[in-house]
Amino acid sequence: MRTTLTGIVAGLLASSMLVSAASAETLRWARQSDALTLDPHSQNQGVTHTFNHHIYETLLDRDVEGALQPRLATDWYVKEGDDTVWVFELREGVTFHGGEEFTAEDVVFSIERAKSENSNMRQLHADVASVTAVDDYTVEFQMNGPSPLYPNNVTNTFIMDKGWSEEHDLQSVQDFGAGEENYSVRNTNGTGPYVLTERDPDVRSVLNVNENWWGEAPAVTEIIYTPIADNATRVAALLSGEVDLVQDVPVQDIERLAGTAGVKVETGPENRTIYFGYAMDDEPLISSNITDENPFANPLVREAMNIVVDRDAIRQVVMRGQSIPTCVNMPPFVSGWTEELDACPPVDVERARELMAEAGYADGFSVTLDTPNDRYVNDEAISQAVVGMLGQIGIDVTLASRPVAQHSPLILNNETDFYLLGWGVPTFDSAYIFNDLVHTKTDDYGTYNIGLYSNPELDAKIVSLGTMTDLEARDQVVAEIWEQVQEDHVFLTVHVQMLAYAMRDDMTLAVHPENQPNMTTITFE
Amino acid sequence: MLAFIIKRLGQSVLVMLVVALISFIMFRYVGDPVASLVSQEATMADQAQLRERLGLNDPVHEQFFRFLGNAVQGQFGISYRLQTPVSELILSRLPATLELAFTSVVIALTLGILLGVFTALNPKSWASAGIMAFSLVGVSLPTFLIGIGLIYIFAVELQWLPSFGRGQVVSLGGWWRTGFLTESGLRSIILPAITLSLFQMTLIMRLVRAEMMEVLRQDYIKFARARGLSKRAINFGHALKNTLVPVITITGLQLGSVIAFAIITETVFQWPGVGSLFVNSVAVVDVPVMAAYLMFIAFVFVVINLIVDILYYIVDPRLRVGGSARGT
Repeated sequence: MRTTLTGIVAGLLASSMLVSAASAETLRWARQSDALTLDPHSQNQGVTHTFNHHIYETLLDRDVEGALQPRLATDWYVKEGDDTVWVFELREGVTFHGGEEFTAEDVVFSIERAKSENSNMRQLHADVASVTAVDDYTVEFQMNGPSPLYPNNVTNTFIMDKGWSEEHDLQSVQDFGAGEENYSVRNTNGTGPYVLTERDPDVRSVLNVNENWWGEAPAVTEIIYTPIADNATRVAALLSGEVDLVQDVPVQDIERLAGTAGVKVETGPENRTIYFGYAMDDEPLISSNITDENPFANPLVREAMNIVVDRDAIRQVVMRGQSIPTCVNMPPFVSGWTEELDACPPVDVERARELMAEAGYADGFSVTLDTPNDRYVNDEAISQAVVGMLGQIGIDVTLASRPVAQHSPLILNNETDFYLLGWGVPTFDSAYIFNDLVHTKTDDYGTYNIGLYSNPELDAKIVSLGTMTDLEARDQVVAEIWEQVQEDHVFLTVHVQMLAYAMRDDMTLAVHPENQPNMTTITFE
Repeated sequence: MLAFIIKRLGQSVLVMLVVALISFIMFRYVGDPVASLVSQEATMADQAQLRERLGLNDPVHEQFFRFLGNAVQGQFGISYRLQTPVSELILSRLPATLELAFTSVVIALTLGILLGVFTALNPKSWASAGIMAFSLVGVSLPTFLIGIGLIYIFAVELQWLPSFGRGQVVSLGGWWRTGFLTESGLRSIILPAITLSLFQMTLIMRLVRAEMMEVLRQDYIKFARARGLSKRAINFGHALKNTLVPVITITGLQLGSVIAFAIITETVFQWPGVGSLFVNSVAVVDVPVMAAYLMFIAFVFVVINLIVDILYYIVDPRLRVGGSARGT
């Protein structure tokens, strides 16, 4: 009898231990680099946002399909009778980690902070004239003009508590010139699902579940985040069972990891295209043997290049199947994307040679291609493949490969004839691409229009997109702009980049198109 | 003596200044910090504004003297990447690097001397041949290959040791965090320390072996043998002692390079020291951290060389500048 009783007690204890083990899951999460700062508005950078999304929250969010979802705002609409005002209705009963209640004042404070001079988020809110709290749970955004797509811009702007921020002098964002560290770089007070309990930059950060979070309690109750810079070491850490999730999986390891027992790999497209750009103005190229004119200025040459680049071969050989070939410089998530735009003409070397001859370059020409070698997936290898393909039509390309730290200045200072670049579209709207890549280069537009493409008619249309409220008419203009861009071969687009997450095989986490997975969405078997 | 030290100190300061100048000029070619700092949405006007705020538009010499002025006061500015004061960053990472360097020097010295003596005394044995062949591997294999190889054998396949990081650390006096006091800390240091020590170990071993064989041929060893001294007294009392002078010199100088060139080992093992801090900073052109790191490394070398010079002066009267008579 006595033994049975002990047996029962032991059994009960064991089962209760099992229950607590199942409900308290620690996730050891590794990726290539650490969040740069915990200041919510200092950096507009994916790794930083991904980490901060677990501590702080935004008004709206994107799910894994890229669709807008309510978060701290429960509803959002254009004010009746005034199409220059956006109204956000806020979630009630939300508290910050420090216990402060979340109200409209916090939203006003945070948007103003995000708009302030040292903030890297300010460009996304450039059209906001003022923000006012109508009552405790309603905020009105007065825009400079009608801005029908503004809600797309708030998905990475985190909300801070006004009282806490003022207490720690956080009204302005870190100023690098001033030489002082802002309190919010290492201290947090958000409304998010996790509370920061340990922070050692570049080494280890620990997050614990926020018991008072308004959402459904997540399966992951503790997150241990460790950046591991070296590819081989990061993969080894997963194979040896020291981490549960590796977010940045090198392409060459995907197959091997997928074939390893106890590990699985999730892949999916990122909201980012990889493309080549070229100088299209009338100035002769810096690096070419043709010194009296610019061969790329001739649309026939650009068309020839478009049909000689074999995107399927790049997908199979360079990317090991991990890319989606496309001929339009827009990922499929973006509004304005169509199958017709996406489709590529067949590879036709003969026809390309004819086009080159017609353009007067039957003997080809030489040019230097600038490519980064540590920024995008297999960036240098993609460029190498294209060098060979262009050689078939007499374009003699010299490859200049640099780390992104040296590549970016070339791009921003227009010191390149021919270059590789990737472009993500955080607003999921075509206008974002047009503003920076297609519009004539000015102080406010065309920052990355390195090829100096210029079409005044398109410029007018691009500017008009910013204030169009009739969405159907707007879609029509977007389609017209894309048609012209494709006809002029403004970009030599290669593919949409794929993301891969490797993890323990008893958990699930879907690939997020912005590479910002949320650990609250993880489920365990 | 005093004059000698003052002269050496003067030279050291000059070396530091030259290093500062060269590194400062070099930074102009490693990339543009503004390009890494701004977001994709930043307009040309925003970038120009940031450039102005960081003082990057000022002439090079003005930037250099501003940097020097601040450096003398121990001010190295704010890291562009991590947004924290640079001096604080380097000081918080230093214990990890020093503990790793210390452990690997101890391993290199112990094993290097033992194996060196063994191979010198038994030059024809099979074991010696094996050790010599192994030492070739240590000298010629690149560090990152050794590191990755060790990770795959001991962390992935055997799962005996951790593959990355420093394990649990304990804070001593609030400013030094040590991994020596916890089990996971000790387990974590084994693989990186072996990786980092391998080159030094084989170097010391080969040096000891060559020196020892040289010494064993000397007349005083032959005389000692003839006198009937014990083997142990001859080998360790006379031969090894005379072998160690160049070994100490080399070890001292190598200590500097162990600290400075732990970069690769630290990167492979995600060891949170100053080396991996430097690598992460180079990738995003974090000029304040890079400048401070290079100054720090120059300082380490200058100090070690100064100490070695002074030791020489004490040990060897022939080195005294201007003859021994005027030395005080």
